[in-house]
Amino acid sequence: MSQQNETEQHTLIALVEDKPGVLNRVASMFRRRGFNIVSLAVGNSEQAGLSRMTFVVNGDDRTVSQVAKQLDKLIDVLEVADITEARIVARELAMIKVKTTSTNRGEIIQIVNLFRANIIDVGRESMVIEITGEGDKINALYDLLAPFGIIEMSRSGIVAMERGEAKGLTNGHGANSAKSNGTS
Amino acid sequence: MELTGAEIVCESLLKEGVDVVFGLPGGAVLPLYGALSTYPAIRHILVRHEQAAAMAADGFSRATGRVGVCLATSGPGATNLVTGIAAAQMDSVPMVAITGQVARPYIGTDAFQETDVTGVTLPITKHNILVMNVKDVAQAIHDAFYIASSGRPGPVLVDIPRDVLLGEKTEFIWPETDKLPGYRVPSAAPKAQVDAAAALINKSERPIIMAGHGVLISHAYGLMTEMAEKAQIPVITTLLGISSIASDHELNLGMSGMHGMAYANLAIDEADLIIGLGMRFDDRVTGRISAFAPNAKFVHVDIDASEIDKNIQTDAGVVGDLKAVLEQLLPKVDANVHIDWLRHIEELKAQHPSHIVRKSDELLPQFVLQRLTEVTQGRGIVVTGVGQHQMWAAQHCTFKEPNTFITSGGLGTMGFEVPAALGAQVGRPDTVVWSVCGDGGFQMTMCDIATAVESGADVKFAILNNTNLGMVHQLQDVFFEQDYMASEFSANPDFVKIAEAYGIRGIRVTKQEEVVDAVQQAMETAGPVIVDFMVKQDEIVFPFIPSGQSVKEMLEEPAHNETS
Repeated sequence: MSQQNETEQHTLIALVEDKPGVLNRVASMFRRRGFNIVSLAVGNSEQAGLSRMTFVVNGDDRTVSQVAKQLDKLIDVLEVADITEARIVARELAMIKVKTTSTNRGEIIQIVNLFRANIIDVGRESMVIEITGEGDKINALYDLLAPFGIIEMSRSGIVAMERGEAKGLTNGHGANSAKSNGTS
Repeated sequence: MELTGAEIVCESLLKEGVDVVFGLPGGAVLPLYGALSTYPAIRHILVRHEQAAAMAADGFSRATGRVGVCLATSGPGATNLVTGIAAAQMDSVPMVAITGQVARPYIGTDAFQETDVTGVTLPITKHNILVMNVKDVAQAIHDAFYIASSGRPGPVLVDIPRDVLLGEKTEFIWPETDKLPGYRVPSAAPKAQVDAAAALINKSERPIIMAGHGVLISHAYGLMTEMAEKAQIPVITTLLGISSIASDHELNLGMSGMHGMAYANLAIDEADLIIGLGMRFDDRVTGRISAFAPNAKFVHVDIDASEIDKNIQTDAGVVGDLKAVLEQLLPKVDANVHIDWLRHIEELKAQHPSHIVRKSDELLPQFVLQRLTEVTQGRGIVVTGVGQHQMWAAQHCTFKEPNTFITSGGLGTMGFEVPAALGAQVGRPDTVVWSVCGDGGFQMTMCDIATAVESGADVKFAILNNTNLGMVHQLQDVFFEQDYMASEFSANPDFVKIAEAYGIRGIRVTKQEEVVDAVQQAMETAGPVIVDFMVKQDEIVFPFIPSGQSVKEMLEEPAHNETS
């Protein structure tokens, strides 16, 4: 991409065949074309045999449009949509293991409650906190917990879908698909 | 009746209309060869190196428009295909490569001759398939051919473990349809896209069509020429677009780009509209992208949506099969004459006659090709390797029919000229095939002269022998202060004796007056012939736009003394 305009985060969703090697094909395409994945989450979709991927990608509009087209070009990818501009709900799950002492445990629990997060494991000198939300919320909790000492963190990557009855992906037949460019 | 996997592969190939495959056997793929021997309708051409199998399948495919097929065994057999597959991918050539794999229980154990070939070829195929069950073999072959030949074509590799080829048997059921929910092939384009393109074309005063490989692939040459004539739009061909319009057509400006005709590049520089048809604005075509066609808007028609806005930001992108799109577009394009524009281009052509070969006492490679094409009268097929000889062939050979210039464009694969010419001749046995070779590239694949002889492929090899890696030499001359590190050969073999060793005719040419006679003799001789043209050594390909530069930095040939 020769022209770099405004770089921003885009959220893409894709419906892909659930078979061996698909993740490899997708990852290989990103690597080969020099696209940058911020996060990637993969799991089952509502349909048997199809997985759904959610990507957060950094780039200007033209680059992200290339990402979507290159993804769609993969034979195992049924459909791709950039839902950045749509009304969406986006959630990520994170587990944060934080150092605790008998004196600060209460303070940590207060913070966790403020964020409506959960404590899912308590050790003598540690706690595992589970939080679900948008990236900003997780970052905010992380920042507040950081002074106590974070032992480790694991984030799932964002999953997203459109609000209301709208379906971001229409199982390969929707107007959102880059594939429909040439067929409609 | 129940069949083995290997037999199902053969039955499937018959269903796809395959009558020739190029390959070389080995342990893992042997069960397939065991079945092939009982299918005489499928001719197997035994190559000497698997690279040649892939490149011959490529040449076959480009010459015939059918899917070329190559076979190899697991491990090194399959990895030897890789360069040929990558070349096919870059140039959108339909190909199916079938490789044997180690038996399923051995996969992942680093067994003898095991390579993860679907992994290796993932980024250089349109798609690949590892078949892990004999019941999936027919569907895999079916889908491989469909993917390879439809949409923007490309190579598909099918990797089949030994015990799937030869183990459990199953009923052969040829699938009715593909099992590819994620694959759709564009045909006609959305009306709004076509209308936007037509509006720009009708408004333009200095339009140029840039015709790429897609014009040939989509059989759109007739419609393209019709549109060019209707609106009197000059046509420039990319390297792979050569032969999509007759060389002597008055609107054909020839090739543009790094070694394109100066007047073609200058016309692009002044154009107010570039109409890219089935091409991809590759860097060899555009040079520095910001300086490419600075006054032009862009219409870009391609079947691959990802090509639109990839290298060039278009003003009207049209996604669809080019032939279908031109059918939509043609009635919407107004008839025009563009008198001033065409007259101006004629002036450019007169001022910058880069198609004319200069007078010289030495045997110029350009002169050889000019004479060659005069003798053949632009009939038959020309296949080239990569480098100086390729550029001279693109500049000076002429063509009448589509798909008669076959060259490795995107990947730029030296050595392509020998096996691809062999494949082209096998596909078009009625046609004279000239393989225009560099002495460097020829030596990369000359082992497969044996294959040409064995298969009766009547290829005429014209080696433009300057005893060095000419294009490398040229780049060293211009950009590395004549530091000719590793570009000069001191012990080339005697190519006439090489010919004799293979039992074919060899002719050496050292003088201008011998050229026509040698070409005629080669054509009159049955079977392959090697003509060794000992050409001037340090000739430079002009015009020349250095990599990453623009038409402003174009270097042209110093002298223009006409010889022809």
